[in-house]
Amino acid sequence: MATKANIEEHKNVWVFAEQNNGKLAKVSLEMLGEGRKLANKLGVQLAAFLIGDNVKTSAETLVAYGADKVFLAEDPELKEYRTELYTDIICKKALEEKPEILIIGASAIGRDLTPRVSFRLNTGCTADCTELDIDEEKRLLVSTRPAFGGNVMATIICPEHRPQMSTVRPGVMAVPEADASRKGEIITVPVEIKPEEIKVRVIESNETEHEGDKIEDAEKVVGIGIGASDPESVEYVKELAKVLGAKIGGSRPCVEKHIIPHEVQVGQTGKNIRPELYIPCGISGTVQHTTGITNAKYTIAINKDANAEIFKFANLGIAGDAKVILPAIIKEIKKYKA
Amino acid sequence: MKIIVTIKQVPNVTKVKWDADGSLIRAGLPTIINPVDKHAIEAALQLKEKHGGEVVVISMGPGQVESALREALCMGADQAIQLTDRKFAGADTWATSYALGCAIQKIGDYDLVISGVEAMDGNTAQVGPQMAEYLGIPLLSYALGIESDGKKVQIQQKLGEVERKIEADLPALITVEKEINEYRVTPMDKILEAFEKEIPVLEADDVDAELVHLGLKGSPTKLRKVFSPKIEKGKVQMLEGTPEEIARQVADKLNEKFLI
Repeated sequence: MATKANIEEHKNVWVFAEQNNGKLAKVSLEMLGEGRKLANKLGVQLAAFLIGDNVKTSAETLVAYGADKVFLAEDPELKEYRTELYTDIICKKALEEKPEILIIGASAIGRDLTPRVSFRLNTGCTADCTELDIDEEKRLLVSTRPAFGGNVMATIICPEHRPQMSTVRPGVMAVPEADASRKGEIITVPVEIKPEEIKVRVIESNETEHEGDKIEDAEKVVGIGIGASDPESVEYVKELAKVLGAKIGGSRPCVEKHIIPHEVQVGQTGKNIRPELYIPCGISGTVQHTTGITNAKYTIAINKDANAEIFKFANLGIAGDAKVILPAIIKEIKKYKA
Repeated sequence: MKIIVTIKQVPNVTKVKWDADGSLIRAGLPTIINPVDKHAIEAALQLKEKHGGEVVVISMGPGQVESALREALCMGADQAIQLTDRKFAGADTWATSYALGCAIQKIGDYDLVISGVEAMDGNTAQVGPQMAEYLGIPLLSYALGIESDGKKVQIQQKLGEVERKIEADLPALITVEKEINEYRVTPMDKILEAFEKEIPVLEADDVDAELVHLGLKGSPTKLRKVFSPKIEKGKVQMLEGTPEEIARQVADKLNEKFLI
């Protein structure tokens, strides 16, 4: 159970590298970038942990993105993600190698896997962080996350247990530059799976969304809020998105009103986006929403209330009604494109 | 089929107010059953209606969680158990999962444990998977549908952009998404019945929980500080003029930034 760790024995930063059908998850590359920074601050190595079937080429990619070492566990039974199988492999190796930090992307798989791993390793895990740092004096991982429904931010540490674990939402960190000339060591992790002991069987698996469709990867996003949720405004939002080649995202109330699907909800209980351009329409800017948009590069906000919080996050602000402003903007953009 | 549902009573964080200094006012916030946990109760009730058995709802928290458990009884749960002890106070997800795990073990003889995916106040989604680890049973997370023949259980799982059908032998732990069902409105006769039921209160010793793993002291993670989300930007340029003039400025800016 949760006995305190012998902290001096623990060294190096680990990143769990998620892959789906052989393709590395973008969030894992984001984690490598962040893990690299943490490892450099601590003066230790960065290792990636990759699990799957026939995924060795991805191991080389992980080195290019910053890993010094890749632990590679391969087996035909590991083709499909399963909580217990992954947990067994990671925990066994972690107990041998004793990393001081383990960070994981808070994707659906990451949020399923991480708590089980942390419980088994008798250590704490801070979920869905928006910032990671090192307290260099104490050599501690310092994790910041939204708390209390996103109304406040909390800074959390794990002083006496190892590894210190945190998950980070997709889109929060930037993907680092790849360097194909980087050298790293690929270490095969022996895998022994007895098929009769596998507890969860995958009967069927279907992709419902493609990576390119994800709102968190979109270069341009038009956001829809309750202030632009009338049918006329919704049509203009769609048309603006079309002329810009943007994806439509939005606030939680619009999900609840079934105007947009949950997959494109932006904010605390939705996705973090980092587009080049974000145009929130009729979104007031509660913290539940704005925690998901702080990485937008250029923001043009439209809201009837000139004092709306959303303008604090915008580069350009338009105090006006979306259904009046949007058709004019659409017309002007079309002129440019003509 | 014996189904244990773990629920959390949460402050309604969508109704938060701030004082003049910008500090969050926590006092006086209404408490509710964590919304997705109501879907967990409903899922359990539907399984019971198909297979017979009983639904036991448990919740850990201060004395006031009784009202959440009473509401669960109103929905149709057969039994409610309250896990209340000062020793549990300040627990992080690890220590919470440990305490709930001990209680589930004490209740014993279960086929399924069901909970909501995450709580609306903390949003960690950790307690379900951690309880499964403590209990040493398979985790079936993000359920959009549940089917069981009494020996095995199958769920429709929303695993990010993949939807899967996965299966495990019982006992297992399932976390449900709110899309799984619409929960029922309580009929009047059930409400009256529910108010007659006793809700036993269990303390740490009653569930054989070890003190070193409980509450703030038993929590591996520690809170260092809490602060208001920072607003970094604030250099907004407000556009003035007629809609056409504003639109022209927007299009010029987008063009200048190579965004069109």
